[in-house]
Amino acid sequence: MNDTKTNNNSLIGQSIPRIDSPSKVTGKAQYAGDIILPGTLYGKLLLSTVAHAKIKNIDISAALALPGVKDVIVGKDTPCIKFGNWRLFPNTQDELPLAVDKVRFIGDEIAAVAAITPEIAEAAIALIKVEYELLPAVFNIDDSLAPGAPLIHDENKELTSNISLDRKIDVGDIEQAFKDADYIREDSFLVHPHSHAYMEPCATIAETDAEGRVTIYTSTQTPYIVQCLLASTLGIPENHVRVVKPAIGGGFGGKMELRTWEFCAAFMSRRTGRPVRFVLTRQEELEIGRRRHGMKIKSKVGFKKDGTIVAKDFEAYLDGGAYNSMGPTATFLCGNFGAMLYRYPVYRYRGYHVYTNLPPSGAMRGFGAPQAMFISETQMNMAAIDLGIDAIDLRIKNAMVTGDKIEGVTTISSAGFVESLEKIASATQWKEKKKNLPPNKGIGIGCYSFISGGVFNWFNTQYHFSACEVRAYDDGTAHLFTMSCDIGQGSDTVLRQILAADLGILPNMIRLTAGDTAMTPKGDLGTWGSRVTLMNGNAILDASKKIKNELAKIVSVKFNLNVIHDVAFADGRVFAKANPKYGMTFGEAVTMWVKMNRGEELTARGVYTPRDKGLTTPAYSFGAQVAEVDVDPETGVVTVEKISTAHDCGTVINPLSVEGQLEGAIQMGLGYTLCEQFAIKDGKTLNTTFLDYKVPAAEDMPQIVSYKIDTYEKEGPFGAKEVGEGLVIPTAPAIADAVFQATGYRCKDLPITPEKILKSQGKI
Amino acid sequence: MTKVNVKLKINGDPYELAVRPNRTLVEVLRDDLHLTGTKIGCKTGDCGACTILLDGKSVCSCMTLAIEAQGKEITTIEGVGLSYDKLHPIQEAFVNEGAVQCGYCTPGMIMSAKNLLDKNPKPTELEIRKALSGNLCRCTGYARIVKAIEVASEKMYNTQK
Repeated sequence: MNDTKTNNNSLIGQSIPRIDSPSKVTGKAQYAGDIILPGTLYGKLLLSTVAHAKIKNIDISAALALPGVKDVIVGKDTPCIKFGNWRLFPNTQDELPLAVDKVRFIGDEIAAVAAITPEIAEAAIALIKVEYELLPAVFNIDDSLAPGAPLIHDENKELTSNISLDRKIDVGDIEQAFKDADYIREDSFLVHPHSHAYMEPCATIAETDAEGRVTIYTSTQTPYIVQCLLASTLGIPENHVRVVKPAIGGGFGGKMELRTWEFCAAFMSRRTGRPVRFVLTRQEELEIGRRRHGMKIKSKVGFKKDGTIVAKDFEAYLDGGAYNSMGPTATFLCGNFGAMLYRYPVYRYRGYHVYTNLPPSGAMRGFGAPQAMFISETQMNMAAIDLGIDAIDLRIKNAMVTGDKIEGVTTISSAGFVESLEKIASATQWKEKKKNLPPNKGIGIGCYSFISGGVFNWFNTQYHFSACEVRAYDDGTAHLFTMSCDIGQGSDTVLRQILAADLGILPNMIRLTAGDTAMTPKGDLGTWGSRVTLMNGNAILDASKKIKNELAKIVSVKFNLNVIHDVAFADGRVFAKANPKYGMTFGEAVTMWVKMNRGEELTARGVYTPRDKGLTTPAYSFGAQVAEVDVDPETGVVTVEKISTAHDCGTVINPLSVEGQLEGAIQMGLGYTLCEQFAIKDGKTLNTTFLDYKVPAAEDMPQIVSYKIDTYEKEGPFGAKEVGEGLVIPTAPAIADAVFQATGYRCKDLPITPEKILKSQGKI
Repeated sequence: MTKVNVKLKINGDPYELAVRPNRTLVEVLRDDLHLTGTKIGCKTGDCGACTILLDGKSVCSCMTLAIEAQGKEITTIEGVGLSYDKLHPIQEAFVNEGAVQCGYCTPGMIMSAKNLLDKNPKPTELEIRKALSGNLCRCTGYARIVKAIEVASEKMYNTQK
């Protein structure tokens, strides 16, 4: 949409160090948990100890009587307004800030205390007595869907089972298509839940002013969403809530909803007149934190003898846990991702979001794609063997290319997938290595595609999807206001880089204010779905264009330029492109504009909303990854030795940041595949420390190499598209395929453990 | 629990305060002295976000009682470098090499790196990775952190590998 192909600005493609790094290496960056305000009270939550029960009685008298306790609240003290990110469908909003009649999982929040010290708050929590009437509970999809299973949300009279929501896609005649297939691959899979394990446990501190307006500093990647949902649960106007995003210690999708502690901090700050702070412990994070959906998936793919895919039938049951959270979106997206990567002329998807008495699953990096593509990639590898076609050749034969369409869903506006496959094949010497594998060594492949932000609007915002404001000053500087949140992915740097490149000034001439709902433009949905670079980048270019239009007028008048002259912005100057001496500094141009406008400030608002871009996203990334592993034949331990990736993210704006996303994604993908797994017994999470929930450490990492495939995405700023999330997808199928080559064990039930490998070989 | 008086020497400065004997050093640093550069990621000694130096040796300040730290030199991230113009070479390398993403593990990482380079000025890549085994990062995959420590080692000790 932006005519920026001709922009040769050297800032694009430059590895500019992160602007926020100096404050982080000195320990000065303030995270929500670092903020203490005068008079702060310390909050603590009482969590359910049972998985499914009616609440008969809650006795808070002893807690209230404890000296130093300033407030104790239970569900009935609150306005009892349900919330959830799917505002467009209020019936999906199934969560209350505090449980009222019923608890639905171990960890469901029942009460909250605010006290003068954290120790007193903790002691008070221990004094609250809850009487439960136990109900039967279900801890997996099969039990939840079995006849006679307890209804977890029996208050919702529209639900007749524990399926809270379903999604159907039907493209073409599936029955006929399978009749025409020469070979059909049909498999069942299980994929497990996965913790975000961001290093910063969620923290929040809220204060209320004399007129009852709330300001909340909170670890969130979506300040606008928190503002809206907090206001609605408190029963006050949105404009009475100010959400400020401090530094965020990682999000990965886990910090994009209103959470109970945010409500409790705000609600109790209104009741007590004092700031109230909550900081979760790691134990609480692992017990009640959101997670990637575990799923039970059946997939059937039909091929012609030559490898051409004729149809796919894909059925996914998502273990949603006790509440919808972001599960409806995951259910929708899983179906879309099931249809990605290859041309499926006929496609059927049935997705079911299922309640269980487990901690709710939510949004997590990749959001339905790691599960869907673990299955599609594994089946491609299995089909390749059965069809006698090399796994990469089979992929190239079916790969999506620029211009492909998924009927009624989307058009692929740029794709470097075939190029990624060709590159990875040659760079890793795929065919040669595969033919000559030494004992216990394996090489495997997995691919990915991901969205650059969502087109869907289940949050039902009335505003533009992305918005920013740019102010230009007479000293040659600018100020960028954005609601996009840097949660570690580097958007503060990249967005400043985009604006600086377009205005022709240096990045350090731009002040950036991000994520403060009282200051930054309303209606930017924040950071999720790999949307920021494309969507906010486009909003910034929109604002920048307006600023440049104004300044071009100044130069044009001052130098009496013929109307056919183009005006350029570079090196801190504004000038006639064909004759640079007709020009002035950026600051001088702004000064003249301000004089001409009798003291007005030069500001512009920029917006971006994807329109007529299908139902999913304006642009897709693509890539292919090869893993090389060694499996110890005695212990079954998998060592990943090398991971090579060829990927297409459009124009690279900041190579250092792109590489950082890739390396971090591989680490997360490696953990998902091999070592990260919740141990849950009867609904109780047993591994609630990083000793037991094993995140890969520095020594666990393989050698990493990457190859960038050049494409230009016309919908993206300077040709850029997503890079943050998609890269987490291919690692599991690539490692699983390599483990198969090394051992003969084909994983259809993540994670891959030594036990499963040895069992498959009859060694245990 | 009766409070006891403790004298702590933190980044060269003397501090005197009364604490309960079971109070951890990280609680004293963050909550009592507002030295919030030291982070809390787990409070069980598993993540390393709270790493500080005690007499030059890296420890988890969440696993150290404040009373144990008496009479010892305590160094926190604030003692490594606060001025943006005069960053420590390790801090500078973390910035320039892209070793920082969300930054929450960064202070602890830098303390572990300092502990390593103070004792072993020219570590191998494997030695660096082993030295970071108690520090978890969820964003970076560690590659650029390892690289930053190599660059800092070269700069500090003029070593070329």
